[in-house]
Amino acid sequence: MAATDNLIDGLTGAWEIVLGLEVHAQVSSVAKLFSGASATYGGEPNAHVSLVDAAMPGMLPVINWFCVEQAVRTGLGLKAKINTYSVFDRKNYFYPDLPQGYQISQFKDPIVGEGQIEIDLDDGTVKSVGIERLHLEQDAGKSMHDQHPSLSFVDLNRSGVALMEIVSRPDMRSAAEAQAYVKKLRAILRYLGTCDGNMEQGSLRADVNVSVRRPGDELGTRCEIKNVNSIRFIGQAIEHEARRQIAVIEDGGTIDQETRLFDPRSGETRSMRSKEEAHDYRYFPDPDLLPLTFSQEWVDEIAAHLPELPDDKKRRFIETYGLSPYDAGILVSERESAEFFESVAAGRDPKMAANMVIGSVFAGLNKSGLSLAESPVTADQVGALVDLIADNTISTRIAKDVFDMMFDEGPDQGKDPSVIVAEKGLQQVTDTTAIEAAVDAVIAENPDKVEQVRAKPKMAGWFVGQVMAKTGGKANPQAVNALVRDKLGVPDED
Amino acid sequence: MTALIDLDLAAARDGLAQKEFTATEVVDAHIAHMEQSRALNAVILETADLAREMAAGADQRLANGTARALEGLPLGIKDLFCTKGVRTTACSQILGDFTPQYESRVTQNLWDAGAIMLGKLNNDEFAMGSSNETSHFGPVINPWRGAQGEHLVPGGSSGGSSAAVAAHIGVAATATDTGGSIRQPAAFTGTVGLKPTYGRCSRWGIVAFASSLDQAGPITRTVRDAAIMLEHMAGHDPMDTTSVDVPVPQYEAALTGDIRGMRIGIPKEYRVDGMPDEIEALWSQGIDWLKAAGAEIVDVSLPHTQYALPTYYIIAPAEASSNLARYDGVRYGHRVNGNSITEMYEATRAAGFGDEVKRRILIGTYVLSAGYYDAYYVKAQKVRRLISDDFSAAYRQCDLLLTPTTPSPAFALGSHFDDPVQMYINDVFTVTVNLAGLPALSIPAGMSATGLPLGLQLIGPAFGEETVLRAGHVMEQAAQFTARPDQWWV
Repeated sequence: MAATDNLIDGLTGAWEIVLGLEVHAQVSSVAKLFSGASATYGGEPNAHVSLVDAAMPGMLPVINWFCVEQAVRTGLGLKAKINTYSVFDRKNYFYPDLPQGYQISQFKDPIVGEGQIEIDLDDGTVKSVGIERLHLEQDAGKSMHDQHPSLSFVDLNRSGVALMEIVSRPDMRSAAEAQAYVKKLRAILRYLGTCDGNMEQGSLRADVNVSVRRPGDELGTRCEIKNVNSIRFIGQAIEHEARRQIAVIEDGGTIDQETRLFDPRSGETRSMRSKEEAHDYRYFPDPDLLPLTFSQEWVDEIAAHLPELPDDKKRRFIETYGLSPYDAGILVSERESAEFFESVAAGRDPKMAANMVIGSVFAGLNKSGLSLAESPVTADQVGALVDLIADNTISTRIAKDVFDMMFDEGPDQGKDPSVIVAEKGLQQVTDTTAIEAAVDAVIAENPDKVEQVRAKPKMAGWFVGQVMAKTGGKANPQAVNALVRDKLGVPDED
Repeated sequence: MTALIDLDLAAARDGLAQKEFTATEVVDAHIAHMEQSRALNAVILETADLAREMAAGADQRLANGTARALEGLPLGIKDLFCTKGVRTTACSQILGDFTPQYESRVTQNLWDAGAIMLGKLNNDEFAMGSSNETSHFGPVINPWRGAQGEHLVPGGSSGGSSAAVAAHIGVAATATDTGGSIRQPAAFTGTVGLKPTYGRCSRWGIVAFASSLDQAGPITRTVRDAAIMLEHMAGHDPMDTTSVDVPVPQYEAALTGDIRGMRIGIPKEYRVDGMPDEIEALWSQGIDWLKAAGAEIVDVSLPHTQYALPTYYIIAPAEASSNLARYDGVRYGHRVNGNSITEMYEATRAAGFGDEVKRRILIGTYVLSAGYYDAYYVKAQKVRRLISDDFSAAYRQCDLLLTPTTPSPAFALGSHFDDPVQMYINDVFTVTVNLAGLPALSIPAGMSATGLPLGLQLIGPAFGEETVLRAGHVMEQAAQFTARPDQWWV
C-alpha cells in the first residue's frame, strides 16, 4: 500500500501526516472584484485604489462578471459542482489594510462545490485529492512597517483584488503529495489562464493544515500554517511542523489548534495565534450585493470552450504520439511546454521531438535558469534541428552540439541550425570512401590494438570512437561501425 | 403675491417658468430665511455662495429656454448624502471635516434636473434616531411648539429635512428612511414624506446605515411636490447592485384625483394597545375621505406586525455594526492616536461615535456573534420574510394600505432621550414597510388636541408609488391641512 511509504518514524513508532490545503489564487483580471480599479501587480503604493477600495462613505461594491466567469472556469477545470446560486458574505474584522472593516467573501454558499484533482507522484502513480469548495473573495491591502521609525503605512493597491480560495479535503499524506497538489493545481490554473500562478508575486499562496496521527487512528488536532509562498517552503513547513507535532505528542503533550507562521530563514513554524485568540468574524450576507446567480446554460457555454487540461493532454500525448507516461507528464506540466512540444512535433517524429525538447531544450533552460518564454531557441528552430537528424544531415550527437551553439551565449546563439551546420561544415559524412580511408588509417596506426581486438571483439568500439574523432564526429556512426567490423573481421554485436 | 419662501415646489417651478420671478430672487429669499432660521438648527452647513452661483446658472437657462425640470429650485440636502466638495458628516463627529470627492447619485440627479443646494441638513447621527437628538451638531427644534411653547423634536432621523421644509427654509428636502426616518419626521412637522420602494433610488454616495433597509426619498409640503421630487431622484444605477432597473414614471401625471374603485386595506394589527383616541379618530377620518372619493375599504390582516420592531432592531443594528466598521480613523475623518493600532481604534471610535450609535453597534455585533447568529440574525431574517409575505397576501385583497404614521404627535425635546425603547416604539407603524421594501407616503391629515400635526400613512406594493401618490393626493385635498406654525424663531 502506497500510504505506508509516507509514514514517518518517531521515537515511539510510526506516524502518519494528514494535510489539507487552502490555496489563494489571484484571478487573472485587469480589474478588481468589486471596484473596477486596476488589479495590476506593483505600481506606486496606492496608485490602484478606487473610492470603493478605500471604503469611502456611501461607496458600494459591484461584481466584476469577468472574475465570476474565471471562478466558474476554474471550477469546471477542477471537475467540480458549479453553484448557479451563491452568496457573498461579509467577514468582519478590524485591520488597517482592510478599509471596509470587513472582507467580502463567500461563506455558506460558495460559487463552486466539490471537485477533485489527480496529482502525479514521483513514483509514477496518480492519486486523487478531493476539492471541498472554491469561493471568490477580496484580497486585503498591505501594511508596511519598515517605511518610518514610528508609523506604519498602508498600501491599498491589492485591496479588493479578486482571489479564488480553493480548499482541498485532508487527503494528502506527505510533503511531496502536498507539493504535487500545488504543482498540479497551478498547472490547471495556468492552462485555464484564470491565475498566473506566480508564487513570488503572491498570486498563488497556500495555507497548509497539518496534523499527525497513528496509522488508522482518528484525525489529530490540526495547526494551520498561513501564507506559505513557494513549493519548496510548503515542503519545509510541513516537514518541520509534522516533526514538531510528533515531538510534542511523544513528550506526553497535546497539540493545540492554532494558526502558525512559517519562517523561511529558520525553516521553522511558530505560533501566530491560538484558537482562543481566533477572531469571531461575524459572517453575514452582504446586504449591498444580491445573491450571485447565473444560468446553467451560461456554465455549459463556458464548459464548451474550456481548453484541453493537463490530464487530458497527457493521455492524448501517450495515445497519439506514443510517448511514455513519464515524458508525457513532463511535457504537459506547463501549458507552454506542451504547446512548444506540439509545435516541434508537428509533421515530425514525435519521439525524436520529445527527446529533443526534454533532453536539450528543458535541460538547457534548467541549467541556465531560464523560462521557456526566455528560451534563445524557438520551437521552429528545434523542429529544423530534428529535421536535420531525420534526413541524416547530422547525427544525434552532432545535433546536441549544434543545439548548444544555438542555445548558449556566443556568436551562434539563436541562429538556425542549418546555418550553423553549413557554416561549420558539420554535415554527416556518409561517403564510404572517406570513412574507409579514416578506418584504414586508424588500423594502420594501432597495430597493437588490432592484435587485442582479435581476442576481445568488444574492442571494436574503441576503433569506432577513434574514427569518429578523426572525422570530427561527422561520420555516420552506423557506416563507421560496419566498416570497422568488416575490416577487423569482428562480427556484429547483437 | 405669495412671499417667495411660501411657494411650494410646484408653484415656484411654475412661477420661474412664467418669469414671474428669477431663480436668484427665489434663492436669495430662501438664503435670507435660512439665515433667520438658525435657531431651529436644521441646517448644519449653509452653502449660500454655491446656491447663488447655481441660481445665476439657472437664470441663464430660464432665459435662454434650456431650463430643466427643477431649474432654480432651492433644496436642503440631508447630511447623509455625499456632496462633492461640500463637507459631509452624517452628523457624526467621527467623520470630522470629511469632504467627499464625489456626489451621491440622488443629489447628482437633482442637480442634473437644475435644482439648487441651499445647505446640508441636520439628522440623527448616522440616521440612528427618531428625534434628531443624536446629532453631533445638536438637536433640531421643531417649528411647531407645544401648547405651553415648549420645544418639540422634529422627528428623526430626517429632522433637519422635516424642520427645513416645515419652516420654509427650502422648497423641499432630500431625506432617507431606514425604519421611518422620512415619514415620522414628516408626520411630526405637518409635511409630506415619501419613502420609495427599496431599489427605486440609488444608494450610491449615501452614507450607509442599514443597507437592506435604507432608501432615499423627499420631504415636501405637498403630495405633488413629492411626486416631482421623486421623479428626479429615482432611477436605475449600475453602481448600486440593489437598485432596480424599472423605468421612472412621470409621477406628477399620476395625480388624477380619481381613486374610484381603489381598494384600501385597513390592517387590524395596527390598532395597537393604548393608541390615543385622536390617532384612532384620525385614521377613521382618513377612511371616510377615501370612501367618499369612491374607494372601497377592505379589512386585512398583517399577522406578523407585532414582530416587526424586534426584527428591525436586530437587522438594522447588525448591518450598521458592519457598515460603520470603516470609520476607524485610518484613512479619513476623526482620529484619536494611541500607542497601538488597537488603542487608536478604541480611542477613535469611543470619541467619534455618540451613545446611540455605540448602542446599535453593540447590539449589531452581539446578534452576529458566534452562538447568537442563528437565534437572532437568522431568525430575524425569517420573520422579515413572513412580514413581507403578510404584505403580499394583503395586496391580493387590496391596492393600498392606510395606517397612522406614528402613534403620537411630536414629543418634547429630551422627553424620550433616556429611554431607547420608548423612542424605538415611535417606529411601530413605519418599520414594517422598510422590512418589506415597500413604498409609503405620510401626509399631514389633522391636528392633535395639543395643536400639533398628525400624519396618515399610505403603503403601496413594490413600485406602486403612482397609486400611493394618487390616493395621497386625494386625501390631501380632503384634509385641507393648511395649518402652519407661527414663525416664533425668526
